[in-house]
Amino acid sequence: MIKVKINGQEQSWDGDPSLPLLWYLRDELGLTGSKYGCGQALCGACTVMVDKEAARSCITSLSDVAGREVTTIEGLHPTGDHPVQKAWRQVNVPQCGFCQAGQIMQAAALLNQNPKPSHDQIRDAMSGNICRCGCYQRIENAVHLASTGV
Amino acid sequence: MSIIENPDVVNSASRRGFERHLKVENVSRRAILQTLGLAGGFVLAAPLLSRPAFAAYETGAGKMPHGTVVDPKVFVSIAPDGIVSILAHRSEMGTGVRTSLPLIVAEEMEADWSKVRVVQAPGDEVKFGNQDTDGSRSTRHYLLPMRQIGAMARSMLEAAAAKRWSVPASEVKAVNHEVVHSASGKRLGFGDLAADAASQPVPAVDTIKLKSPKDFRYLGKGQVSIVDLRDITVGKARYGADVRLPGMKYAVIARPPVTGGKVKSFDPAEALKVSGVEKVLEVKGWPWPSKFQPLGGVAVIARNTGAAIKGRDALKVEWDDGPNAAYDSVAYRAELEAAARQPGLVVRQEGDADGALKSADKVITGEYYLPHFAHASMEPPVAIADVKGDKAEIWAPVQSPGGTREDVAKTLQIPPENVTVNVTLLGGGFGRKSKCDFVLEAALLSKELGAPVKVQWTRDDDIQHDFLHTVSVERIEAGLDKSGKVVAWRHRSVAPTILSTFAAGADHAAPFELGMGLVDMPFEIANIQCENPAAKAMTRIGWFRSVSNIPRAFAVQSMVGEIAHATGRDQKDMLLELIGSPRVLKLASVKDLWNYGEPYESYPIDTGRLRRVVEFVAEKGNWGRSVPKGHGLGIAAHRSFVSYIATIVEVSVDDKGKLTVHQVDSAIDCGVFVNPERIASQLEGAAIMGLSLAKYGEISFKNGRVQQRNFDDHQVVRIDEAPLITNVHIVPADAETPPSGVGEPGVPPFAPALANAIFAATGKRLRALPIGNQLAT
Repeated sequence: MIKVKINGQEQSWDGDPSLPLLWYLRDELGLTGSKYGCGQALCGACTVMVDKEAARSCITSLSDVAGREVTTIEGLHPTGDHPVQKAWRQVNVPQCGFCQAGQIMQAAALLNQNPKPSHDQIRDAMSGNICRCGCYQRIENAVHLASTGV
Repeated sequence: MSIIENPDVVNSASRRGFERHLKVENVSRRAILQTLGLAGGFVLAAPLLSRPAFAAYETGAGKMPHGTVVDPKVFVSIAPDGIVSILAHRSEMGTGVRTSLPLIVAEEMEADWSKVRVVQAPGDEVKFGNQDTDGSRSTRHYLLPMRQIGAMARSMLEAAAAKRWSVPASEVKAVNHEVVHSASGKRLGFGDLAADAASQPVPAVDTIKLKSPKDFRYLGKGQVSIVDLRDITVGKARYGADVRLPGMKYAVIARPPVTGGKVKSFDPAEALKVSGVEKVLEVKGWPWPSKFQPLGGVAVIARNTGAAIKGRDALKVEWDDGPNAAYDSVAYRAELEAAARQPGLVVRQEGDADGALKSADKVITGEYYLPHFAHASMEPPVAIADVKGDKAEIWAPVQSPGGTREDVAKTLQIPPENVTVNVTLLGGGFGRKSKCDFVLEAALLSKELGAPVKVQWTRDDDIQHDFLHTVSVERIEAGLDKSGKVVAWRHRSVAPTILSTFAAGADHAAPFELGMGLVDMPFEIANIQCENPAAKAMTRIGWFRSVSNIPRAFAVQSMVGEIAHATGRDQKDMLLELIGSPRVLKLASVKDLWNYGEPYESYPIDTGRLRRVVEFVAEKGNWGRSVPKGHGLGIAAHRSFVSYIATIVEVSVDDKGKLTVHQVDSAIDCGVFVNPERIASQLEGAAIMGLSLAKYGEISFKNGRVQQRNFDDHQVVRIDEAPLITNVHIVPADAETPPSGVGEPGVPPFAPALANAIFAATGKRLRALPIGNQLAT
């Protein structure tokens, strides 16, 4: 039996401990905000926070997060008004939007660690998150905006 | 499980494919008549409207399957609390169409956008008109019909208020969600008038009055964000995979590694041992070429996707590789090159290019190779189906909800009316999600299992079993006279055709492929010949954003750079000289000229507009500016999807071959436009996609198998390699210039502008993509 706290709520799982967190979130709990994009930590669409640090939930097994605290896009902010979320809306970042939950979680984790990242630091920290629509210029601008006050 | 291989089903699916994506004129007429008959006179089809009254221009909308439906009772409803619901009948894959089309209705009906809710329509083309969201045509085909729908709704609200107040309708006016009678000062909200307005007759289209563009509150302003913006940022936006049904099973499928292959035998034992796996069963495929039908394989059914994937990893399958087992990209490239060096089917001929090349003072030859590209939308294909008896309900991210409905019906052999296709948001599409094989897999599995089923494609599945962008060799020979003027142009384009996915043995390009940058080449040259040698397809070829325009624009615009260099000219001056005088191309020698389905009178190939967009980007993007040492500027221009685009790229290449894109300037002339903010986002994205395909975009085959699997060996551009600055410039257009495409036209000019910039920076001419390590010294 694995116990894990997800968005502040205790959950327990007695199935396969090697099940990737992503599928537990999406298929077992119905938290579908985190997306499947590659299954191999190559695209970042599944990014969540584990104890405040960005993690790719597609290769993080449930046994990896036993006893830890997971935050998904649904739990990032109670009203959806985290500075990164607000900045995303102000800059009109998304096109299709599919990668954006992962982008936002990655950006929020970056600002946790480095509240005033430079452009190079933003580009470096966000380089694990692919956007096939090509919203990169706006992502960079939005992270910058979130870091300077929305 | 077996799928009955009914030749009638296969044949009608094939015809359907052609009807939808090639020009078949009789279809729409029949469909329109049916629509009128079924809808009892409330549905009007735009193509039948009396043209002089409103339509300043005609489009090809009426020739699409099921044409256009102009009916406020279909698209608009008003609740007593004043909330206006407007249907979005096209699919949202990132272009903003789910916002833009309802915004047009709201504009004309004087609705307050903050009181508008957008409702996604299911697939039902009889009711809503054509729903194929591809070809960059949503705004182009629906700007006028949506304005008419809004104006009809406004007129009905005004009539209802006039009746209530017993005043002439001419004395009342809808303004921002109310109808006012200025003489008496009376006013009523849309909610108060909703019931009365609904009982008003729908006015005839030739009696309604469209708003003057000077009164527009939303159109052309770009101040309205997409309707899904907030949901996207909080994780509530619903894409295909986000739908969950009670009792739903999760499936992944092992498909034949070679296109056209099939299962020889399989052993489910190890897969069934995986925790959470419930069942393993065969999915039979359709014979090659399989059109949009499933490829077949073995499905693993589980209680969640993770278990299904793990089960599939443990599955043992023996395959019969079938007819394409020898497909080898290295050998195939050599075949295409050999074909391009021999005369091929002549598809455009002006003057005597062969003779003029022989007598030319100088001949410049460029042979360009572009590989297969994969769509690789961030959301891989996924679909949910719930089949019960002779009814099926689908939830899926599809670009073609109407076609999907028809295909599900044919595949399950049930009437289309029994199929509901619910359209979710699409996590990218780029043409992949026009092909509904993944939906048909889910429908067949649900029928077999008697339960709702989600079929999830993994990224590996997506990369390995795509309907790929074609692979091509483009060979251009330009003959110059003593003064350096280009007097002859011969372009041979050889590539497997999209037709091959529908018709066995098709080996020449369809008119719609020829018309994408080959026969419509706009240069003013006395002797022109375009040829199309044969090429046999060995995998599924499909349309990828911008389609054949990508290789053709790469070749033609790279050749402009090559000629400019050979004659010591500025690239932009050379480009303008080749485009020549402002004129409308005649192209009398071209049979079945493809003009993106649009009437040529409304959307001619106008070299004046092409010149203007080049001059516009040159001015706005400061062409010819001095750049630091090691930097280079490149330019390219291309008409596609009846829009005109020009792009300038500034690059540098360091001594290790590392490419940096410093600045991109793109200019578009897309006629009258709805949402400039979304036009900018499309062109920003087109630069990224253009850079991705130029740097990395290659799917290659060996022993019939795709050699790439995921985002490690099939890279796409990431934020740290994105252009440092991308500027988008929109050519102002008056309201009378017909709207044209935006989603696709940005991609084709990017790669050649990049190649021309790399040449300017390094002296290296790239004639094959991807760039890969070609810049390493």
